[in-house]
Amino acid sequence: MEPIRKHEGLVFPLNRANVDTDQIIPKQFLKRISRQGFGQFVFYNWRFDSKGELRNDFSLNQPKYENTSILVAGENFGCGSSREHAPWALQDYGFRVIIAPSYADIFYNNCTKNGILPVILTEDEVQTLINNAEAEQYHLTVDLETKKVYDSQGFEATFDLDDYKREMLLNGWDDIAVTLSHADKIDQFEAARD
Amino acid sequence: MRKPKTVIEKIWEKHIVHHEEGKPDLLYIDLHLVHEVTSPQAFEGLRMNNRKVRRPDRTFATMDHNVPTIHRNVIKDEVSKTQMETLKVNCEEFGVPLADIHHPDQGIVHVIGPELGLTQPGKTIVCGDSHTSTHGAFGALAFGIGTSEVEHVLATQTIWQAKPKTLNVKVDGKLGKGVTAKDLILAIIGKFGVKFGTGYVIEYTGEAVRSLSMEGRMTVCNMSIEAGARAGLISPDDTTVEFLRGRRHVPEGEAFDQLAEEWKALATDEGAVYDETVEINAEEIEPQVTWGTNPGMCIPVSETVPTVEDGTNENEKEEIKRALEYMGLKGGEPIDSVPIEHVFIGSCTNSRLADLRKASEIVKGHKVNPNVRAIVVPGSHSVKAQAEAEGIDVIFKEAGFEWREAGCSMCLAMNDDVVPEGERCASTSNRNFEGRQGTGARTHLVSPEMAAAAAIKGHFYDVRHLDVHATI
Repeated sequence: MEPIRKHEGLVFPLNRANVDTDQIIPKQFLKRISRQGFGQFVFYNWRFDSKGELRNDFSLNQPKYENTSILVAGENFGCGSSREHAPWALQDYGFRVIIAPSYADIFYNNCTKNGILPVILTEDEVQTLINNAEAEQYHLTVDLETKKVYDSQGFEATFDLDDYKREMLLNGWDDIAVTLSHADKIDQFEAARD
Repeated sequence: MRKPKTVIEKIWEKHIVHHEEGKPDLLYIDLHLVHEVTSPQAFEGLRMNNRKVRRPDRTFATMDHNVPTIHRNVIKDEVSKTQMETLKVNCEEFGVPLADIHHPDQGIVHVIGPELGLTQPGKTIVCGDSHTSTHGAFGALAFGIGTSEVEHVLATQTIWQAKPKTLNVKVDGKLGKGVTAKDLILAIIGKFGVKFGTGYVIEYTGEAVRSLSMEGRMTVCNMSIEAGARAGLISPDDTTVEFLRGRRHVPEGEAFDQLAEEWKALATDEGAVYDETVEINAEEIEPQVTWGTNPGMCIPVSETVPTVEDGTNENEKEEIKRALEYMGLKGGEPIDSVPIEHVFIGSCTNSRLADLRKASEIVKGHKVNPNVRAIVVPGSHSVKAQAEAEGIDVIFKEAGFEWREAGCSMCLAMNDDVVPEGERCASTSNRNFEGRQGTGARTHLVSPEMAAAAAIKGHFYDVRHLDVHATI
């Protein structure tokens, strides 16, 4: 996967809690057998009407959020289905960072396997970012090395991420390769049990 | 004296392959279940890196999400067909056992695992599906994973996992007549919310849980993920042992008896400590109906739909408003007056023989309301065959239900079983998210008994008040 160290980008605010993976990518798009090309379907039922036309009432469709790469959302983001198509779709659309007060566990994990940095900030911090990004075009910088999120107007917050996931994201490592470096231990484990 | 441990800690400790302070543990996986939707990219990854499936003998695949439930050979959607064919090709190439669409073992992956005895106490079980928590009913540590992790498990038979916190959901008292395992788990999520289990593995304890059948326990554990918990389990006991006795993948005779003792020894020790405990009294629980767009938005069937003013803050008010709008409901209306157009009895939550038996007892001698289209989708080929042997299919068909082939079907509507836009469905599945059963479809989660009563009445109805012996 693509490493992520420091990312500067335009924020898209999604002021909703409990956004589930059925909303991030509806089931009719889960039938493909490759990992690519899911971006066009992200938030499909919110972005498009029943005729497949872009809806005006969903703000991601507005020109001011074109080229956004940082998604800020409410608590429990990514709940529901384990479909990794959700982070594939977000990433393919252009998102590299998500910021929310909390995430569903499987979704959170899936992000870190695909070079998306899931940042956890407090509810108040997230609300500030959402308000800023709703008011005007708003840019943030997210630095994984220092674990800081900041803008040019004085907002600064720190976040935490476990060292293992951080190292994988910073280096863009494939964790199968890391695991296979412990292959002798897996052999021993199996030998003792089978 | 040895420190008392929870079943979760016992299973975890027995599966650590590699431990390093401050890092996740590398855990061994005993059973990896695979289906057509979340596996193609994983097999492709193996191929690209010239890797093998490490333990095909610990891997088992089936087709469930996409399969047609009317005519097995008619798959209209070419992309669905390709996905199923891809699984077949992948299983052949990598040597993974597969119960394909025509195989007698085919069914929803979380129904067939237990049915075949592949699911056993003490095992670590994963699948690229969030409802893998179902298998926790057996005292197994079972959780859903993403496709990258599917590839990882295929290649290494292990997974990196940070040790979870433990959460005891204690249910004292007895469930009342007509109140089911489904009502219990909905009431739990309704009371504590859709994220109270995030970061935890739940153990369900207490008198009401111990009294549940294995089918009921599976229903409860199945929906752990709707409370945010990746896994939810129940300590193994005699009920667990008796369910597994004689199943194809468990040993026989003395070997079984010995294994049964080992299983029961996994149960949480007296005095073990959990990171968190919540309690709910079973006696207070009524049959539940969801009114909104997540499983926590549920109320007893005797109550009215919440109003926007019931929200405790601006965000919650906005959430209720959006949900009411999507669901086409008015705050304050009694839920049992809401008419429905569809009934779906099926899914990994409620499609087992016991579920179909109970629903059929309600249906017997009645007719499906003329405004309702009702379908029954058995959880597996084997459930369907057993139900037919008992004449359950005839009861449903005579009442006007459609009797289908096994699959996930209308739970997520990846096949042709779709609820049309703006129409309402009483569903025994697990998710009432926007668009889950079809774009614009309105889902209300209920128990199989409540779904059967709704099919007859044409609106939600307290099954406890239905005269099951009278004909209408």
